[in-house]
Amino acid sequence: MNKRLPLGLGFVLLVLPCSLLVAFTHYPAIKALVNSLWNNSSSFRPSRFVGLENYRALLEDDRLAQVLTNSTIYAICTVPLAIGLSIGMALLVNSKLPGTWLMRLSFFMPTMLPLVAVANIWLFFYAPGIGLASQILSAFGLPSINFLGRTDTSLVSMMVVAIWKEAGLFMIFYLAALQSIPANLKDAARLEGAGSVRVFFDVVLPLLRPTTIFVAVNALINAFRLVDHIIVMTRGGPNNSSALLLYYVYEVTFGHRDFAYGATLTVLMVVILGILAAFQFWVLNRKAHYQ
Amino acid sequence: MTRDLNRILIGTLALVLAGLWGLPFAYSVWTAFHPEIYAANFKWNAPITFGNFVEAWNSAPFALYFVNTLILITIVLVANFVLCTLVAYAFVRYRFRWAGFLFGLVMVQLLISPEILIVENYRTLSQIGLTDTIIGIALPYLTSAFGIFLLRQTFLTVPKSLDEAAQIEGAGAWRVLWTVYVPLARPIYLAYGLVMISFHWNNFLWPLIITNSPEVRPVTVGLSVFATVESGIEWSLVNAATLMTTAPLIIAFIIFQRQFVANFMRAGIK
Repeated sequence: MNKRLPLGLGFVLLVLPCSLLVAFTHYPAIKALVNSLWNNSSSFRPSRFVGLENYRALLEDDRLAQVLTNSTIYAICTVPLAIGLSIGMALLVNSKLPGTWLMRLSFFMPTMLPLVAVANIWLFFYAPGIGLASQILSAFGLPSINFLGRTDTSLVSMMVVAIWKEAGLFMIFYLAALQSIPANLKDAARLEGAGSVRVFFDVVLPLLRPTTIFVAVNALINAFRLVDHIIVMTRGGPNNSSALLLYYVYEVTFGHRDFAYGATLTVLMVVILGILAAFQFWVLNRKAHYQ
Repeated sequence: MTRDLNRILIGTLALVLAGLWGLPFAYSVWTAFHPEIYAANFKWNAPITFGNFVEAWNSAPFALYFVNTLILITIVLVANFVLCTLVAYAFVRYRFRWAGFLFGLVMVQLLISPEILIVENYRTLSQIGLTDTIIGIALPYLTSAFGIFLLRQTFLTVPKSLDEAAQIEGAGAWRVLWTVYVPLARPIYLAYGLVMISFHWNNFLWPLIITNSPEVRPVTVGLSVFATVESGIEWSLVNAATLMTTAPLIIAFIIFQRQFVANFMRAGIK
């Protein structure tokens, strides 16, 4: 049984460090909720209580609708694709093929780069007429595409960047999981006559489930949290086609200086994350019964 | 026979994938080392030059940016090591009312990270007058739920008998922490430190919002300002600057590849 925490010690161990955490996590979340009920102040008139007016604006905001659609597509596409690719990479790097160190370097390198640097690299890669994408297209006799300047390609281009940056990190987690799978399990399956495809789907993949859960949660949070590449590469454009929710918050608040609406959008984002967390918790609890 | 064929097939596929994956970065590196006129048309025998690096280095205060990032990382690293250790220690070694509930509250930060709360955190910092300072960049990151969680998990594995033995020898709470718990968690500190260094070397959105002047800018913000404004979109310069600002991490990675990977895995899985 643990000792009771003395008051003085408790103050140093818990209250001091946690007050910092509260000041920049719980306090701003609650303050966003409060501020979303007020309008913006200006030099000649203080802010005024407006009730749910900001939330009504939320419902009538066409740009927001587009941004939410973009964010949903972005999350639904990048998370599974990054996971699938990272499992493939981990299998390749873990195999006894020649040149695995080169593969590991190539796959993991993007993870080491800041997202801003990644954005610069891809900005150059996509640059119409100059970039490697255009040069490759023209080598095949195809016209160059302005990937970032077209409404139908800009979001996909952003997804490619995100997947390129993240898959290598997830690969590392899968590599760890693969190496901890006992060889005798696979051997047993092979003795029973299972081919390597069956071994993968019936033995390896189920054992990777805890890693997949961990990676999926992280990937989903990152899909919301990381918008550096949007800021550097497209600024949400053209015509909002590549704007994600956090980017929209950034633009509304620090571009248009609309702090009241920014607070309202923050509340929306916290609610969405809360729902996602509750949903994941529910799914994981249900799945746990099968084990 | 078919097995060998399979191996060759998969091996080729793997190399093609690795090659494609490395292509954008490799091309960026290639451009950085060649004169601007070759940026648009690849020639394998184009002359190599270091001029882009010299020019980029001279046209923006990158040395200052590096120093700022180093100061930022040092502050965040020291604060996290100290503060997360204290909180984790309290949760592992003591009982108190609402411990479970409080731990849940702390873990909320895993979901709602400081990036989500930029609007209100910016207001807080402008109220206390810390915008455009390095401390201001660091403040929301001084404690982290991830660090507390990681250290709590590690401290839980410390055998109770060691703790009790230290107490019998007359060690108080601080001595026990310093002589029993911290040494046993050393690998975790290393792992967490590496993850933090890479996170804050890469962090962009919050520093972008909170800083205004070059004197406090970290490298990521400096790089983005350089790439959009100061370089006049000369691709070889942008690529040289990009490479320059990320080189320390890349070199560190290549040297410590094994330890890095092992530590990233440890930080993630435990």
